[in-house]
Amino acid sequence: MSETAEKVKKIVVEHLGVDEAKVTEDASFIDDLGADSLDTVELVMAFEEAFGVEIPDDAAEKITTVKDAIAYIDGQKG
Amino acid sequence: MFAQAAAPRRVVVTGMGIASPLGLGVERVWKRLIEGQSGIAAIQSFDVKDLPAKVAGQVPVGTRAEGGLDLAEWIPVKDQKKMDRFIQLAVVAAVEAVEDSGWMPEDEEGRCATGVMIGSGIGGLTTIYESSQLIAQGKHKRVSPFFIPSALINLASGHVSIRYGFKGPNHAVVTACATGVHALGDAARLIAFGDADVMVAGGAEAAVSEIGMAGFCASRALSTGYNDTPAEASRPWDEGRDGFVMGEGAGVVVLEEYEHAKTRGAKIYAEVIGYGMSGDAHHITAPSDTGDGAFRSMRAALKSAGVAPSEVQYVNAHGTSTPLGDDLELGAVERLWGEDARGLAMSSTKSAIGHLLGAAGAVEGIFSILAIRDGVAPPTLNLEKASKDSPIDRVAKVAQERKIDVALSNSFGFGGTNASIVFRAAP
Repeated sequence: MSETAEKVKKIVVEHLGVDEAKVTEDASFIDDLGADSLDTVELVMAFEEAFGVEIPDDAAEKITTVKDAIAYIDGQKG
Repeated sequence: MFAQAAAPRRVVVTGMGIASPLGLGVERVWKRLIEGQSGIAAIQSFDVKDLPAKVAGQVPVGTRAEGGLDLAEWIPVKDQKKMDRFIQLAVVAAVEAVEDSGWMPEDEEGRCATGVMIGSGIGGLTTIYESSQLIAQGKHKRVSPFFIPSALINLASGHVSIRYGFKGPNHAVVTACATGVHALGDAARLIAFGDADVMVAGGAEAAVSEIGMAGFCASRALSTGYNDTPAEASRPWDEGRDGFVMGEGAGVVVLEEYEHAKTRGAKIYAEVIGYGMSGDAHHITAPSDTGDGAFRSMRAALKSAGVAPSEVQYVNAHGTSTPLGDDLELGAVERLWGEDARGLAMSSTKSAIGHLLGAAGAVEGIFSILAIRDGVAPPTLNLEKASKDSPIDRVAKVAQERKIDVALSNSFGFGGTNASIVFRAAP
């Protein structure tokens, strides 16, 4: 697992209070991990803070799974 | 629609919950109160060096089993950050009250007949403060999406309704330090008028924070002369009193229509028999100089209860330990009770837990109910020498066993708002 993936999963576990095992890369924040729309806004803010990146609203809307988040952050850093 | 309302229905108390500076759990808090323990201590949770008042009543940390607060036992971590501390305390007290009542409606009809009315004097003050700090630092985008729902006062009622699926009236009182009594009284009226069969009602406050303390210090309301002896700081009616002591916590009761409670075999603590309100129309923070607002509030409550002052054996006073307010309330009670003031017991339990602002009336309402149940008037701690003589027994320092059938509890708030509620022993 990449460093980004590890960090993303840790943030998801902390913010959504879910089991680490459930946070697979395909997991959807809303459908699989019990988040609501406000939770996802807060998650994106946590990613921005942790990785020092800016995630504009139109990009944030497309981040619906763990995989999406990792890909976006890696794309910004790369 | 009001013209067609049926005669008011009777309302009883079937569940109670407390989070207070004397701990969590109604029976534990009551026992400690009767024993004369104090929940006031030096503030440790933030730096008080620039504040003239350095003591407060804070909910102790610990496990539920030992009467302390460990949030993880009550609220999922994910939800904690969506609630200012006042909401967290409200939820804790509401869970205890609902569990105590045994009322967990499983059908839609029962859920729709159950409402929530939990208020707060100030609401999410600390949350507002922290979010303002982000704005001041230019971090507008860091403001949490949970900021607003965490700070809103009616979200205490919202969270409790969501947790239990209570779909009846969902409401919240905001009347400063009179909030708790107004919530109990208004919720009782909703039941009496048929809007609900069961109401989860109370108040919550969590303003023991830098901004909360600074604000009340600025209004010159807090005790500053007992920073080295915190347990002596709250001393209602005592000649050495110099202001109130901030407290945090929550009190919640389950109110229920009498026949509804009887039918399901609920344990009944007491009946809510009267409720009165008044406004001072005098000053934003000071009580009216004649005590007339308090007088009219109590008179209205007794009138709605249909009882004479002579039938009331115990008054839980607003008694905040401020130089002005305590004796004005005392005078108002003396005036209303007249010859019957001799023999009346009146104490201020704020002497032990401080002033819980919007939660005060609900917590003190619970104490009044327990005074009836156990035949005990809780003490006024630190009442060494009263500044004013009175025929009323103010239960100085030690609890008293007394036969108490009817008790009245007062709460008065900034803005000149007054409320009184009257309880009678379970029917």
